[in-house]
Order: sequence, then C-alpha cells, then structure tokens
Amino acid sequence: MTNLAISLLIGVLTGAGVYLVLRAQTFPVVLGLTLMSYGVNLFLFTMGRLHTAAPAVVGATDKSADALPQALVLTAIVIAFAMTAFVIVLALKSRAALGNDHVDGTHIPQANRVMDRHEEPRA
Amino acid sequence: MTANLISLLVLLPVALAAILAMIDRRAPGLTRTISLAGVAVLLVVSLGLLFGGHGNTPQVIELGGWAAPFGIVWVFDRLSGLMVVLTSIVAMLSLIYAVRRDEDSAGPHFHALFQAQLFGLNGAFLTGDLFNLFVFFEVLLLASYGLLLHGEGRKRTRAGFHYVVVNLIGSTLFLFAVGALYGTVGSLNLADITLKLPQVAPDAVPLVTTAIFLLFVVFLIKGAAFPLYLWLPGAYGHASIPVAALFAIMTKVGLYSVLRVDSVMLSGNSVGGLVETTALIAPWLLWLGLITLLLAALGVVAGRFLRRQVAYLIVASVGTILIALGLVTGSERELAISGALFYWIHTTVLSAGFFLLAGLLMRHRPDAGDGIVAAPPMPRAVLVGSLFFAYAIAMTGLPPLTGFFGKVMILAAALDSPLMAPIFAVVLVSGLIMVIALARAGSRLFYQSQATPGHPAHPTPADARKPLPGVSLTVAPLVIAAAMVVGAQPLSQWLDTTAKQVATPSGYLDAVMPDGILSPDTAPGKFGRDYEDYEGGKH
Repeated sequence: MTNLAISLLIGVLTGAGVYLVLRAQTFPVVLGLTLMSYGVNLFLFTMGRLHTAAPAVVGATDKSADALPQALVLTAIVIAFAMTAFVIVLALKSRAALGNDHVDGTHIPQANRVMDRHEEPRA
Repeated sequence: MTANLISLLVLLPVALAAILAMIDRRAPGLTRTISLAGVAVLLVVSLGLLFGGHGNTPQVIELGGWAAPFGIVWVFDRLSGLMVVLTSIVAMLSLIYAVRRDEDSAGPHFHALFQAQLFGLNGAFLTGDLFNLFVFFEVLLLASYGLLLHGEGRKRTRAGFHYVVVNLIGSTLFLFAVGALYGTVGSLNLADITLKLPQVAPDAVPLVTTAIFLLFVVFLIKGAAFPLYLWLPGAYGHASIPVAALFAIMTKVGLYSVLRVDSVMLSGNSVGGLVETTALIAPWLLWLGLITLLLAALGVVAGRFLRRQVAYLIVASVGTILIALGLVTGSERELAISGALFYWIHTTVLSAGFFLLAGLLMRHRPDAGDGIVAAPPMPRAVLVGSLFFAYAIAMTGLPPLTGFFGKVMILAAALDSPLMAPIFAVVLVSGLIMVIALARAGSRLFYQSQATPGHPAHPTPADARKPLPGVSLTVAPLVIAAAMVVGAQPLSQWLDTTAKQVATPSGYLDAVMPDGILSPDTAPGKFGRDYEDYEGGKH
C-alpha cells in the first residue's frame, strides 16, 4: 500500500513537473523543474527500498536500511536547491533584460493575446 | 607520486577557483597570472602523465583509501588522459585570448568560473563512478551557466535560459537513471555494474535496460545529438568568444561518457542473461549520428553569422563521431574508435580556434561583425581571410588538413559495415553541403566589400598593417592540425593502442575490481540489503 502511494506520488510530482516545464512563461518552468527534482529525490530515496524500523546502521537491528540512497538523496537535494536558486535569478534577470517573462523572450502583443488560448492571463 | 599528480588535475583547478573568487577584482593582474599559471600546470602535468606512459595500464585512485565498489574511484587511462590534455589545450587557447582581448573583465569572476569549469571537466573525465560523474556534470554545468552569461547581452540571457533549463532536465533524467540502476543492480561503480549486469534478476531486466537507455539519452543531451542538439547553436552562438572556444570541449564530455559507459559497462555480454548489451546502444548511435550530421550540415548553410555556423560545425562533428562509435563489429570497432579519436582531437582544437577567428571578425569588421553580409573590409583582411580558408578546409574535411584524415579513417572502418552505403552517402553529402556553405560565407565575408559612411569599400594601406591582437592564437590550432598531419603515423599508432585499450575493457575492470565481484556475504561493507526483496515484486 505504501509502495503504491509512494509510486503514485513520484508519478504525480514528475508529471506535474513535466507539464509545467512545457509552459511558455519562466515562472511555471522554474516550478516545474522544482517539482521534477522533488519527484526524482523521492525516487532515489525509495531505491533503498521502503523499510520500517530499520536504521541505517549495520548490526544495530536485525534489518538495516541501505544508507547509500540516503546519501545520494542529500547530495541531489543540495544540488537541486542550488540550481533552483540559480535559475530563479536567471529568470528574474531575463525578465528585466527582455521586458517579459516568455521563455523565448518574445513579447506577445496584447492584441494577439486572445488568440493564444493556452497562455494564461498575466497578473 | 603518479596518484598525486593525477589528483592534482582535479584538485588544482578547484583550489584555484576558490582563491581566484576571493582576489578577483582586487588584483586583476594577479588573478590573470594565477589562472594562466594554473592552466599551464594542468597542460604540463597531463602531457607528462600521458607521454610518461602512465595511462598504458589504467591507474586507479581510491578516494579515502576505500576500495571499489565501496568507495569512489578515479581512473586514469589513455582515453581519460587524452581528454584532459585536450581540455588543457583548449583552456589555454581560450584563456590567453580572454586576457589578450580583455574579455575576462566584462563581468566578475571569469577566472574563478573558468577554473571551476576545468574542475568539473577533468573530474568527469577521470571518475569511474556514475554518481560521481553526475556530481562533476553538475559542477561543470553550473560553472558553464556562469561563463555563458559572462558579459551580459539580451540574446545571451535568452539562450542562457534555454541552456540552463535543458541541462537541468537532463540532470533530473540522469538521477532517475542512476537511481534505477542502483536500485536494481546494487552498485554505482562502473566496473562493478559491468560485472553485476549479467546477474540481474529476470524481472528487473526491463527496468535496468530502461535505465541504461535513459543514461545514454542524458549523455546525448550533453553531447548535442539529434534530436537534442537544438540548445547548442543558440548557446554557443551567443556566448562570449573565449567561452564559446572553451565549450568546444563540452559536447565531448557527453561523447566521452557515451564511449566510456558503452565500452565498459555494456561489455559484459548481457543484462540478466536476457538482453544483449554489446549491440544495445551502438546501432542507435549510428543512426542518430547520421541524422545529426545531415541536419547540422543544413544548419551550417542556414547560419547567418559565423559563430552560429561554427556551432553547427561542432554539431556536425558530434554526428561524425557518433557514426564512428556506432560501428560495433569486431576489429572494425577498434579501427572506428581510433579514427573517431583522431577526428575528436582535430575537431575540438580547430572548432575552438574557429570561434577565436569569428571573435576577430566580430571585433574588427566594421558594422557587420561576424554577420555573413557584405561590409567594408576588415584590417589585415588577407591574413584573416587566409586563416578562414585554412579553417574551412580543415573543418569540412578537405585534404590536406586533419578533417580529411579523420573522415578517411572513420569511412575506412565503415567499409565492412552493412550500412556502408548510407554512411558514405551522408558523410560525403554533408561534407559537400558544408563546403558550399563555408565557401559562400567566405566570399561574403572577405570578397564582397561594401562602403558604409566612414568606411571605404577598399582597404587602405594602414589597414594592412594594423595590429590584430589575438590573431596568433587562431594560428596555433592550425599548427597543431598541421603537426597532426605530419606526425599522422605515430599519432595514429598511439591512437590504435588507445582504441584497443578502450575496446577491450578487461584491463579497466581488472584495475578497478581486481578481485571480481565481492559477494554480499564476504564483502566488508555488507549492508542488510536483501536482494530477494525484488523477486516477483511481492515484498
């Protein structure tokens, strides 16, 4: 049951991440990258299998958890955190430099906005 | 001693990056001196290691004294040594150019980022552990993000955003692949995975195979192969010149990973006794290489400024190398790898030099920069035009320069391939397309002159004598190429031996894992991981 819930969670996080990364504005893209990194971190963590009452210390109990995925996940979290910080700054910078937050930096005139149904109204 | 020198290749740049980040703006002269000296040391040490024969048998460095597979290992063999030497050469060219042309002062921390980039590159070339490879990829990418955006510019910011997002998605995929491999095979050490792949439980085989494919997708994103190369022309075409020149080695990291992981990890016959590994990836590489090469040739035709054309020439070289790496059968494979490595050296050094040449055009061509349009003549047009001609000949693979020999070696290896006809057709036709594109570009850039206010249509005698700082740096790669032609026989003999070392990974496996697989019962680092967990997924 837990396995199923965790698998679904990884799937939903990654799926939502992929959807958001495909959006045309930088902020959803950044959010999407973050969600994808959450998904993959959870995935890495479960690669040590899900155990209960199994500390990552050999010999302390009958069954011990694999410590390596935990170490990998920590590394991955730190890297993803740094990358997110960087990409946010970059997105802000490109918003300032290009005058809009489209991923291609192309400004879509207001008049054409109605035509583009997939574009969300700008706040 | 050898181990210390090999570690120096990775540790020196990261130490310098930290120091240079501190002193950056306070002492620009000192920063430049330290940075240049650091790269010079890397060049000398890597050449010394390679010519000293230290890569003839793979040298293994166990970090922290932990034996594989329990610790991370770095492996120095001929292939990784060659890559480190190439990195140092390209870094030297690009750094001297940056200093000569004052490009490094366009923004803060150029030198610190540059050294961090070298740290990531050398680490990625030396590591023998998949997760460590991921970490070094991140190091070199983060540094490359900073370098790419060095010196501002609207188009650079836009191209930079694309580059960063594509690579972050690639990193996520890399983690999925590494995680799935660890979860099923139970190791991250390349050699250990190789030994364990045949023992994978039958129901885990689809997952392992998927993970392997995912891993190669990631490498091909970094290596810029079809259909994942679209980030490259924008990023390389808009980066500042020394950065674009350094990036000539970046796609090679992806290709190196393809070659290394394919030749080591997939040399163990099968995944779980069910899926043949030796021919798992190679046919894909061949076809992707053919498509990449053809599309890149069209990209060269479509390029409207020289830097973009050079960027597409890099994509074309990726295609050519992938074709060679895709040839699998028997002794032909060694021949193909040897040819690929010859072409590899040629394309890395020359495309870096070509970017530097484009940089001269950008700075000195009145009004038009490196745009392929008629403009007033630039100073020293005869010299620069001759250099362009030499580069065009070399890059498109016309005799007598290195591109020709590289292509001949690869085509010679393809003679026995069942796909000989398409390989020959694509390589020759794309070569022709690139010749036409560069001939057109050259005649626009150097023959068609057009007066603009303040600039006459004909060169003045003063123009012919005007100093052009950095022009000697664009000569250096051509000198290397000429030396490669003159010394083609010893070089290709050396590369043949290297290719043999790559194609027969038993040396690598013995060096990293001298005792073979350590069974879970005898292994000193036994964790309570029960492999039975996986069976039938009942757990």
